[in-house]
Amino acid sequence: MLEAADLGCERGGRKLFASLNLSLKSGETLRLAGANGSGKTSLLRILCGLALPAHGEVRWKGEPIRRLGEEYSRSLVHIGHASGLKDELTAAENLAVTCTLAGIRAPEPAIRDALGRFTIAPEKQIRHLSQGQRRRAALARLALSDDVPLWLLDEPFAALDTVASALVEELIRAHAGRGGAVVYTTHQAAALRDTRVIEL
Amino acid sequence: MLAAARAILYRDLLVAARRRSDVAVALLFFVIVTSLFPLGIGAEPNLLRAIAPGVIWVSALLSSLLSLRRLFEADHDDGTLEQMLLGAAPLGVVAAAKALAHWMVTGMPLVVIAPLIALQYDLAPQLFGVLALSLLLGTPVLSLIGAIGAALTLGLRGGGVLLSLLVLPLYVPVLIIGAGAVEMASAGLAPSGQLLLLAALLVVAAAFAPWAIAAALRISLE
Repeated sequence: MLEAADLGCERGGRKLFASLNLSLKSGETLRLAGANGSGKTSLLRILCGLALPAHGEVRWKGEPIRRLGEEYSRSLVHIGHASGLKDELTAAENLAVTCTLAGIRAPEPAIRDALGRFTIAPEKQIRHLSQGQRRRAALARLALSDDVPLWLLDEPFAALDTVASALVEELIRAHAGRGGAVVYTTHQAAALRDTRVIEL
Repeated sequence: MLAAARAILYRDLLVAARRRSDVAVALLFFVIVTSLFPLGIGAEPNLLRAIAPGVIWVSALLSSLLSLRRLFEADHDDGTLEQMLLGAAPLGVVAAAKALAHWMVTGMPLVVIAPLIALQYDLAPQLFGVLALSLLLGTPVLSLIGAIGAALTLGLRGGGVLLSLLVLPLYVPVLIIGAGAVEMASAGLAPSGQLLLLAALLVVAAAFAPWAIAAALRISLE
């Protein structure tokens, strides 16, 4: 599904990684590991097309992602460090806009259900939520993304309590079980033991 | 594709409705600046009538500029800009919706209030329509051009100053043509030439600016 060949990344004149090759098949999960500043987030941004590599290429189903454009975007979910939520909107409004942008059909009951699984009140404005609750509201998108084959998740377990972490683990496992592919970064070594690991 | 544009328009208008200070700042700035001129220059009707089109247009231009910095910055800070870049719809369509929302929040109120401001300058009532029409055609161009500058300077230190330096020269034709339309009408001549030029500028800006904004956003985020 996803291939990266001879990837290199430099930030501020510092080489983060070079000659990195990876491939991800349907049903696989891949954990990016490494110390802070080793380039995990940069690699995820390159994989989703938000950043350009210093050299190398990322391919989706054999096609360079640069050539695919929005077609590739429709095939992935990227949840980055920032929550991607507007403080002034409610959790449900945020999720509805996010899904529309991503081209995911999400009727209101499905949005309420997804937020309910993460124990977030749909009518609550994001500004009134704690950091962990914001993270949960952002991750609720995963519950609506069954049909999106590739999930790229940057520290999905950060700021989550054990119940929410278990739910995210369950969603990732279920997605891989359906034939989806997941790349994620985490410092929690215990998370998803059956995953392949790339150390940066 | 249109669903994404509608979603962004709805979202930005909803955010503006719940954070009214942003709308109020641009509008109050326009009202205060335009009200300062008669106070400073004095109540000489002929002089006020002569400077009215230029003052109102320059104030509208500065008011639009005032709110540009936050156009993409807030989305950049909270991560929603990344979602737009990775959206299913072309980024140009989303950028057009952002610029439209910016105009509806900061430009449209000026169009509505401009005739009231014109009263301070003793502008003839028959000119109110031309003034409002020139602003109706010109302020969306300001939003579209300004959005290119806002996208290019996104995330830069001192980006506010750079944005002004980048955008203000590009505003000059709109200012000259917009203020010129009202001056022509006040001289008893038909302002249709200037208004058609503004309309042409709007069509060109609406056709090309969204793609320039999209390209600038990609450059800024890479």
